Amino acid sequence: MIGFWTLFYKEMLRFWKVAFQTVASPVLTALLYLLIFGHVLDGHVEVHGVSYTSFLIPGLVMMQMLQNAFANSSSSLIQAKVTGSIVFVLLPPIPYGAFFAAYVLASLVRGLMVGVGVLAATGWFAEFSIVAPLWVLVFAVLGGAILGALGMIAGLWAEKFDQLAGFQNFLIMPLTMLSGVFYSIHSLPAFWQRVSHYNPVFYMIDGFRYGFFGVSDVAPETSLAVVVACFVAVSILTLGLLKRGWKLRA
Amino acid sequence: MAAAVSIVDVVKHFGLLQALAGVSLEIAEGEFFGLLGPNGAGKTTLISTLAGLVRADSGSLAVLGHDVVRDYRKARSLLGVVPQELVFDPFFSVRETLRIQSGYFGLRHNDAWIDEILANLDLTSKADVNMRRLSGGMKRRVLVAQALVHKPPVIVLDEPTAGVDVELRQGLWQFVRRLNSEGHTIILTTHYLEEAEALCGRIALMKQGRVVALDTTANLMAAHPGGTLEDVFLRTMKQ
Repeated sequence: MIGFWTLFYKEMLRFWKVAFQTVASPVLTALLYLLIFGHVLDGHVEVHGVSYTSFLIPGLVMMQMLQNAFANSSSSLIQAKVTGSIVFVLLPPIPYGAFFAAYVLASLVRGLMVGVGVLAATGWFAEFSIVAPLWVLVFAVLGGAILGALGMIAGLWAEKFDQLAGFQNFLIMPLTMLSGVFYSIHSLPAFWQRVSHYNPVFYMIDGFRYGFFGVSDVAPETSLAVVVACFVAVSILTLGLLKRGWKLRA
Repeated sequence: MAAAVSIVDVVKHFGLLQALAGVSLEIAEGEFFGLLGPNGAGKTTLISTLAGLVRADSGSLAVLGHDVVRDYRKARSLLGVVPQELVFDPFFSVRETLRIQSGYFGLRHNDAWIDEILANLDLTSKADVNMRRLSGGMKRRVLVAQALVHKPPVIVLDEPTAGVDVELRQGLWQFVRRLNSEGHTIILTTHYLEEAEALCGRIALMKQGRVVALDTTANLMAAHPGGTLEDVFLRTMKQ
């Protein structure tokens, strides 16, 4: 267990030492999104019976949580691989399960810190309450863990920063941006509504938002089932890759 | 009593390249063992296979009787490896690096030993300096320190003095000799043959993934009277 805690601590320390970039910067980005979209659309658009700004805030919180959870594990692994310092965690007797848990947990913590930061920075701009805090917590934790594990897969797969940027910009970014952060999928044409149902991030954000307003595009139980299934599938895949030493041990 | 390191018929290919072509070696506890050969002979691949960084296609390796695949946790806890490449984690200071490395090996509150290693490697004044700010030689010392944080009974030094000054070499060898005299098994690869001649009790010469000579340093030298280990090395490689 000491190996696990040390790796977790190291991963926490790694992002905390550059917290301006890893925590403060995404909070500022979310705030800018809110100022721009909120200013343009608030008063013109109402979603689920709440103002657009109120609707937007939980979406931005979740989007930044997910993107930063992904960024944490993926950037740590690719950096260690490219510089060769990955050898320091491969030589010791750390079991692959502990390796997985440490990286995912640190990613989750960074995601949650960013999420709390975004909520604190944007919460001033709209009136809302959290009607079901447990749903908020469950979707935040599961969403962050899934993206932390996905970040591990990307970090293991990528052999250079360019490949990781491709994974992030061409897969993670579209999945999060087109998941209902900025809109309800009921405002989309029927075809794109159906497409949205194949995006697992949609369920993470919709379920998370349900915790704030008590209303959502799909039933929260359905979202929870999809998100739990995704977590199990991504975890099994990541653990399998780590057990094989995929792209880590020649 | 189990050998410190047991390597039996290990084969490894990288694509079409045969890096190890059936290597077998046994290194006894307490030996100071030299693994020599030209670039590409397979020394680092063999060490990486022993450390679990590379998986052998066939054959087996064990550290103090613990198989490096089946019983990898025990085998790795008994082994300390100084890698050849000058790698470091740029986020941390020297002390943080060593504390973290101790934790990976399951050790908390290891500062007394860390302080001793720092002193022996002349790193005490750099303990709180970030790794990025160290010179190449200092970084090399930290790599040695990282390999020693868990007091491994078997220590592998893969070209530890490459690119470092005379002062560090002397300090390092003094420290490693002390560890060896205290019972630690030392496996050394180096291109500085005079170092191997002075330090190693037994030497294996590798060429193209094979062990082509294996004997005590004295016997290897005796086979080429009047020559140095460099002469022995060159003649063996030409055969």
